[in-house]
Amino acid sequence: MEAFTVVEAVVAPLDRPNVDTDAIIPKQFLKTIERKGLGKHLFDAWRYLERDGKQVNIPEFVLNQPAYAGAQILLARENFGCGSSREHAPWALADYGFRAVIAPSFADIFANNCVQNGILLVRLPMDVVDHLFHEVAANPGYRLRIDLPAQEVQTMGDSRYTFPMDAGHKHKLMHGLDDIQLTLQHEGAIRAYETRRRQSAPWLFRDASPRSGQI
Amino acid sequence: MSAKTLYDKLWESHVVHTEQDGGVLLYIDRQLLHEVTSPQAFSGLRAAGRKAWRIDANIATADHNVPTTDRAAGIADVTSRLQVDTLDQNCAEFGIEEFGMHDKRQGIVHVIAPEQGLTLPGMTVVCGDSHTATHGALGALAFGIGTTEVEHVLATQCLWARKSKSMCIWVGGELGNGVTAKDLVLAIIGRIGTAGGTGYAIEFAGPAVQALSVEGRMTLCNMAIEAGARSGMVGVDAVTIDYLRGRPYAPVGKVWDQAVAVWGELHSDPDAQFDAEIRLEATDVAPQVTWGTSPEMVVDISAHVPDPALEKDPVRRKGWSDALAYMDLAAATPISSIALDKVFIGSCTNARIEDLRAAAAVARGHHKAASVKAVLVVPGSGLVKAQAEAEGLDRIFRDAGFEWREPGCSMCLAMNADRLEPGERCASTSNRNFEGRQGAGGRTHLVSPAMAAAAAIAGHFVDVRDWVVH
Repeated sequence: MEAFTVVEAVVAPLDRPNVDTDAIIPKQFLKTIERKGLGKHLFDAWRYLERDGKQVNIPEFVLNQPAYAGAQILLARENFGCGSSREHAPWALADYGFRAVIAPSFADIFANNCVQNGILLVRLPMDVVDHLFHEVAANPGYRLRIDLPAQEVQTMGDSRYTFPMDAGHKHKLMHGLDDIQLTLQHEGAIRAYETRRRQSAPWLFRDASPRSGQI
Repeated sequence: MSAKTLYDKLWESHVVHTEQDGGVLLYIDRQLLHEVTSPQAFSGLRAAGRKAWRIDANIATADHNVPTTDRAAGIADVTSRLQVDTLDQNCAEFGIEEFGMHDKRQGIVHVIAPEQGLTLPGMTVVCGDSHTATHGALGALAFGIGTTEVEHVLATQCLWARKSKSMCIWVGGELGNGVTAKDLVLAIIGRIGTAGGTGYAIEFAGPAVQALSVEGRMTLCNMAIEAGARSGMVGVDAVTIDYLRGRPYAPVGKVWDQAVAVWGELHSDPDAQFDAEIRLEATDVAPQVTWGTSPEMVVDISAHVPDPALEKDPVRRKGWSDALAYMDLAAATPISSIALDKVFIGSCTNARIEDLRAAAAVARGHHKAASVKAVLVVPGSGLVKAQAEAEGLDRIFRDAGFEWREPGCSMCLAMNADRLEPGERCASTSNRNFEGRQGAGGRTHLVSPAMAAAAAIAGHFVDVRDWVVH
């Protein structure tokens, strides 16, 4: 996983609240058994339409506008990433090239999934997000700099906005860590827990307790 | 000892280790696997040369991609078939028990685990699926996770987590005739919004909740995620214990007695404090119908489609306008005048036997409206299907011109062949009315099973409380 420290990039604005993971990556692309290659389907239903059996770009959609080519920062509204737990949503965002999403709030499962994939979620107050939407609209090619160690969003005009961050998530993002290795350092504690639970609640272990077994 | 919430008890009994920064290594008792969100997790294990930590904690089934028509013909779609075959191979390789496509216990993962007694009170239950919240109905801590976390649970039987805040949604009184758990949860989401529960674990409590069957409680907890909460739960009572007794994977004998004694403690203490409390009266809840593209866009059956011009907040106003444009609805349209092209009765929200009974009670002696192209009834599991057939419900549906299908997720998210065509309008007992959820360009209105059946027969929404049962 790519470590995240500082990213300076073009900002793409997506001006709608409650963007759900079905919109980020529709179900027809969940049939893959791979993690890669979903970027071309990101926001599929808003990005493309079918004409004479061919897929054509919808020119109004933000990712189809030349001004936002190469954008690595997505600016969004509240409750971004709600709905389905599909990790295909952050996979698609990352595969497209997005490194960070800025919004007033994010859905819980989506937020967890982003940390697993090196995507930084930046929570800024509603009025700041509003202001950034105005700035992006007024300034073609608008860029922001996101400094994770400092927990700051910096404009090219030198305004700075600090954002909150879970310390554990920050550490993980900055170092691109694999959780499983970290967890297996606690193997002894996990085994001790299981031994206690087998005593106090044997019904939780299918190999340790009798059951009717009837269908 | 201070008073504890049910969530406190469930959380504390699963803490393996606490980091200095407050991050907790939480033990997971049960992981449910399905074909859509597991292939990359198994690939990850394989690539790292890892085994499953505790095979018996896992159970798998194929539900999202499976056809609901003739199973003997297999899966026509190549990519769907690959995903289902991949699950079969992964389960065989890692030694995980699977209810395959031709097993009569197969079905929607959130229907079969409680049905089999694989979900038990006091458990932590996870699945790569946001509707895992369903299992909280049995007094479990259940929540959806992403695929990287699925791999993490397979490899370590644990997850890194932080405790959520707690919310109690207390429902007084009792639901009126024709008003169901589905209407109650839609009304709750309408009130607190789709982000109202973000960051919270929700406990549903109060006389109206206790009066619900376990099936009804599952409908309620299922849609906690539609209010933004990863988990919903209901305390254990006699209804829970009666539901579990004799289930195939539930304990028996002395261990059962021991378990029941422990489960009896799985409710919030009387003086427990919640971070947020919401109260409502069940008698105020009418049958609900969603009009937009988010579950919070919901009104009573007697109401009209709202007018965005009356909404003061500009972001919400634009959201409503976008929704009405997508749904092809005009402000002030009476909900009861909205005509349907298709009706879907199924999903992890409403495909249990009680749901099918409610739909059949409405459909009995009627026939679907000529203007309604298709009515799909998709049971939640092979065993629900068998039970419904034993009760003659399939006959009632067939006589009404409804299609009686094989179990699976079906048109809740249209990963198999069951879907809406662009522009089609559907009354659906599922959980999400997002754009394109039931098929690109499809328009979804969420309702209860009885409301869906009544709409199928009338051709438009009707108040099921006025329905004359034959």
